[in-house]
Amino acid sequence: MRLSKSLPFRNLAGKPIRTAILILLTALLSLTVFGGTLMITSLKTGLHSLEDRLGADIMVVPYEATTKANLENIVLQGNTGYFYMDTARLEKIQSREGIGQISAQFYLASANSGCCTIPVQIIGYDPDTDFTISPWIKKSYRNTLQKYDIVVGNDLNAFVGDTLKFYGVECHVAAKLDKTGTSFDTTVFTNADTIKALIQSSLDLHLNTFQNIDPDKVVSCVLINADEEHTPEEIVNDINLHVKKVKAIQTKEMISGVSDSLAGVSNVISILIIAVWLLGIMILLLAFTMSVNERKKEFAVLRVLGASRKKLAGIVMQEACITAFSGSTGGICIGLLIMIPFNNLIEEQLHLPFLLPDVSQLIVYIISAVILSVLTGMISASVSAFRISRIDTGLILRGDN
Amino acid sequence: MILKAEKISKEFPRQMKNANRFTAVQETDFRLNPGELVIIMGRSGSGKSTLLNMFAGLLQPTAGKIFLDDKSLYDLEDQELSKLRNQHIGMIPQGQTALYSLTMLENICLPYTLYGEEPHEADACALLDRLEISHLRNAMPSELSGGELRRMAIARAMMKKPGILLADEPTSDLDDETTKIVFSFLKESAHNGTAVLIVTHENDAKNYADRSFRMNAGMLCQD
Ligand SMILES: Nc1ncnc2c1ncn2[C@@H]1O[C@H](COP(=O)(O)OP(=O)(O)O)[C@@H](O)[C@H]1O
Ligand SMILES: [Mg+2]
Repeated sequence: MRLSKSLPFRNLAGKPIRTAILILLTALLSLTVFGGTLMITSLKTGLHSLEDRLGADIMVVPYEATTKANLENIVLQGNTGYFYMDTARLEKIQSREGIGQISAQFYLASANSGCCTIPVQIIGYDPDTDFTISPWIKKSYRNTLQKYDIVVGNDLNAFVGDTLKFYGVECHVAAKLDKTGTSFDTTVFTNADTIKALIQSSLDLHLNTFQNIDPDKVVSCVLINADEEHTPEEIVNDINLHVKKVKAIQTKEMISGVSDSLAGVSNVISILIIAVWLLGIMILLLAFTMSVNERKKEFAVLRVLGASRKKLAGIVMQEACITAFSGSTGGICIGLLIMIPFNNLIEEQLHLPFLLPDVSQLIVYIISAVILSVLTGMISASVSAFRISRIDTGLILRGDN
Repeated sequence: MILKAEKISKEFPRQMKNANRFTAVQETDFRLNPGELVIIMGRSGSGKSTLLNMFAGLLQPTAGKIFLDDKSLYDLEDQELSKLRNQHIGMIPQGQTALYSLTMLENICLPYTLYGEEPHEADACALLDRLEISHLRNAMPSELSGGELRRMAIARAMMKKPGILLADEPTSDLDDETTKIVFSFLKESAHNGTAVLIVTHENDAKNYADRSFRMNAGMLCQD
């Protein structure tokens, strides 16, 4: 019967409703802090991942595609769509000054009909020049992609070894990519040869919105990195000035909309966290004060029985520690139960890239949230603990006669 | 053990006609010897509880010193004094003093468990038997009557067989029968060597007392 150890436990168990409220309160605190930070980090990680995936300073697209909304819809939001320009444009661009890396990409959307297994965005890259997609694919697939090999995004319901049909062409899933939290999670990647074959097939089936194109003579967009002597801005200006019928865009600008929304969402969440936190501290302070005041006499009795002032404070602090710890772990569990299964839904609702941090980082967040919540509980209780340690036993014991 | 008070007095701040202090206990000397049972009687508000609290090491006198054997109580650090009280001073405070989240038995064992010590269950049971409440050992305080709670407090104060036992109106809400049980129990403790000091209104208490005092507006006088 180690009651000295369990006296705080017994005190808490003796007042189940009050204890439940205290635990709920800390749960709410840790939920907002943990959920909120996790949300903000996931959005930031998502943005980084988007930047990484775009992987180039500059994107050049045919002028028709450049009503900005259009392009963003396809590149950032994951809407399916495609556009083409003549390879002559590519050659023109290539001849401009200041270009470090350059590679063309090919877009195609699979149709939502019998010819295709799933309607998705298909992006083809040129293995000889590519510098954006292949490094990323390498993480999931070491070999080079053969013709009719495809690599699928993480959210697609297809697995290595599956065969998917696009415009009647059977393609073999060679790898599945890691989650990025961006629209690339619902995209299929192939090499240039494969996508050209698919484009040809879509033309043959009269399912392509373009009719008079030769798959071998078009590209969808050109990705460029500036060389060391030039800024992306200079190159963008140069291309827009000298190459007709195309539009060069800095990718940084493309995602500026995303980063702006992200900043907005982050601010709202931060304010929410601070507000809930302050309110929580105040309520906890009040709750502990009430809980201790109510038991003043019991504390005085403990003093009579030989508890030192320090011991009284210790009991209050232990009670706070127990409630805060169980509350915060509870809150974090709720947070995880919401965030992990619903992270795709959150991504869809926010229209922002959203990528949960990896497990080790997640553990760091969990531990910090627990520490922070327990600390808050302790700080809130320390006022009461201090006051109870100054208790005037004589006065209280006289109190009821 | 011997409890000895030298020239102690207690003043409280209070707005009065001609002063801003109020003397609850006038300067007095006092000595409580092992094996004796001493009673203090007196009207309500005369300073009896104040005196007892000072003896228990719970209320620092305004002047004077209190010694437990040769230790000056109020010259000790709080932790030391608390430990001393835990080991050697049993106190039965006025009023109800149960911890409401603990059973009666757990309440009685508190002097041990508070310091992480293993309580002597057999002693606890013997005490409960003696006070005729052993059938209630697992009851919660909210289920007990005033008299039962009072007997619980007495058992708790006696748990560690303290050298000094201080009781503040221990029979105020007990029937005559139980009052007799309590007094003969306290007398028995004195017999076994404890120094017992009881504040009481019971006139019969004099029959048990070795010495008796009267408190009158803060003045302690031998009867
Ligand atoms: N902490 C205190 N502050 C101010 N006055 C007090 C305090 N404790 C006791 N008193 C006063 O001292 C006097 C004696 O009180 P007390 O010792 O409780 O009397 P008794 O126990 O004899 O009824 C009372 O007038 C009471 O109001
Ligand atoms: Mg009194």
